[in-house]
Amino acid sequence: MAGSRSFLSRLRDGDEIARLITLVFAASVVLITILLVYELWINSALPRQKFGLHFFVTQVWDPVMDEYGALPFVYGTLVTSAVALLLAVPLGIGAAIFLAELAPPRVSDALQFFIDLLAAVPSVIYGLLGVFIVVPMMRTVIFPALNKPFGYLPIFKGPSYGVGFFTAGIVLAIMVIPYIISVSREVLLSVPGDQREAALAVGSTRWESTWKVVVPFAKTGIMGSIFLALARALGETMAVTMVIGNTPKIAASLFAPGYSIAAVIANEFTEATGDLYLQSLIALGLVLFLLTFILNGLARLLILVTTQKGSGVSN
Amino acid sequence: MKRLTGALLALLVVGVLAWAAQNPLLINGAGATFPYPIYSKWFDVYHGKNPSIQFNYQSVGSGAGIKQVTEGTVDFGATDGPMNDEQMKAFQDKRKTSILHFPTVLGAAVPTYNVPGVSGALNFTPEALAGIFLGKITKWNDPAIAGPNKGVNLPANDIVVVHRSDGSGTTYIWTDYLSKVSDEWKGKVSRATSVNWPVGLGGKGNEGVTGLIKQTPNAIGYVELIYAAQNNIPYGSVKNSAGTFVKADLASVSAAAAGAAKEMPDDFRVSITNAPGKTAYPISSFTWLLIPAKIDDTGKRDAIKGFLKWMLSDGQGNAEALSYAKLPKEVVQKEEKAISNIQ
Repeated sequence: MAGSRSFLSRLRDGDEIARLITLVFAASVVLITILLVYELWINSALPRQKFGLHFFVTQVWDPVMDEYGALPFVYGTLVTSAVALLLAVPLGIGAAIFLAELAPPRVSDALQFFIDLLAAVPSVIYGLLGVFIVVPMMRTVIFPALNKPFGYLPIFKGPSYGVGFFTAGIVLAIMVIPYIISVSREVLLSVPGDQREAALAVGSTRWESTWKVVVPFAKTGIMGSIFLALARALGETMAVTMVIGNTPKIAASLFAPGYSIAAVIANEFTEATGDLYLQSLIALGLVLFLLTFILNGLARLLILVTTQKGSGVSN
Repeated sequence: MKRLTGALLALLVVGVLAWAAQNPLLINGAGATFPYPIYSKWFDVYHGKNPSIQFNYQSVGSGAGIKQVTEGTVDFGATDGPMNDEQMKAFQDKRKTSILHFPTVLGAAVPTYNVPGVSGALNFTPEALAGIFLGKITKWNDPAIAGPNKGVNLPANDIVVVHRSDGSGTTYIWTDYLSKVSDEWKGKVSRATSVNWPVGLGGKGNEGVTGLIKQTPNAIGYVELIYAAQNNIPYGSVKNSAGTFVKADLASVSAAAAGAAKEMPDDFRVSITNAPGKTAYPISSFTWLLIPAKIDDTGKRDAIKGFLKWMLSDGQGNAEALSYAKLPKEVVQKEEKAISNIQ
């Protein structure tokens, strides 16, 4: 009975209620994920039976002949996200270091306001920006600049239509940079002051204290910001479909038009008439989920490995 | 404060009473996006005339419309391409009755392009269009394009093909036409709301295709006639089956329907691309309402039949103001008879 009395008294205090309510909230996240996978799995039975694992390696997407393969879309999703991160990570982290460590607090706060604003811009606006600014620039400036000296490399081969993997990667990079800056800046700012003071006290320059002490200290959080950016890039639909060219082909050239998983689902779902067609699109959704899941897992593994090694760096 | 509460309560009571008094009969439909502007206008005007009936239409796409009317989640569907035999059978199996097609208005797809140095309207033969979209004609100065465009200085540039990336009735009309004029197209690609394009870039929606064409020199693509007309997008003429180059407009699209009306099958599932007639624009199509042949709810049945009668008479008058070509009178007469098939 003592237990129930203490339960009642805890209930009166509100602790137990708070615990139960927050537990339900936390459990709902898990429940939603499970339901999502369940629904995707149930509704993609037809292509699984018909294509099996061939679904992952087939390059044809033909709604007339009812033949579907995920490979060009998986390729497009991975390539555009990789380009986006290659461009956004150095820029984003550099900006975050400046804002957190070097800029006067007033400047930092003012700039942060603009960065938060950027993060809130709807993706269709970034898509329009891509169509009207990045696409023409790609054709007239960026493509000639890269094709002339490096055209012998397959990834810089022409022709360029303006739209394609590279354009989509640039637009995605612009979209995810605010996330990287915003989260990384917060993490860097939360590094305890005595870490910096200790580094300066033993004779480090300001940059040395930033680069060798503060940044490694905040590494896990910075990695977190990059994964957030990656997740956003993998799933981005509207902006990508506006600038990627929507052509389900695998090409080595970054200037070639391609397609991504999220874009093809958004494009074709409403008019998908046959059952196999519709379910193949849902199967693509499942593939995107898997892709995100695997990349997230790898990312976590990477953090685990590097933080263990990283503990030796800060001496 | 008390007075305010009292006033609010009174308002609520009046509202509830008014709602209960006329609580209109709600009829739900879903389907094609292309005719959405005219459908919403029709349903609005019809509700104004018959306050006891309210139509509710969601423009979710033809595919979703067919699916929903088959599942029975909506009272009627709408589509830009007629249902195929397989889909008709699926409906029969599921609902134990047949589905009826009722043409409502007409639409068309037009070729639009961006060729440096060319400002006037170009003429396209069926062979040229099929060759371009198959990726066999790759230069603007190819004889197949230059032939019917004497006096136009076409450059020796590579053609960039642009098509719709989203499933669309416009794509259905375009590929249906190409399937009729080119055996190679029919065998390799065929007709559907989305196809496996041999060449080209995809743009989302009419605006996406137009944007890509404007941005890309030497591009060619197709958009809906209404979209081109409302946005002043220049487009070319196409050679019809009688051998004349016709520019799409409301009259030439209606003419295509009139040309095809003589051979109209009883179920109205007909493609009018490449229709006979000297003035007919060859890349035209009906858009259809999908109505189950048996509607158990008598109130809904009478309301739908009443609406169809009105749509075929007064309703057609609204079409041209919204840039839709109206039905030729042969088709209207045939449809009026077909309304009695709804039971």
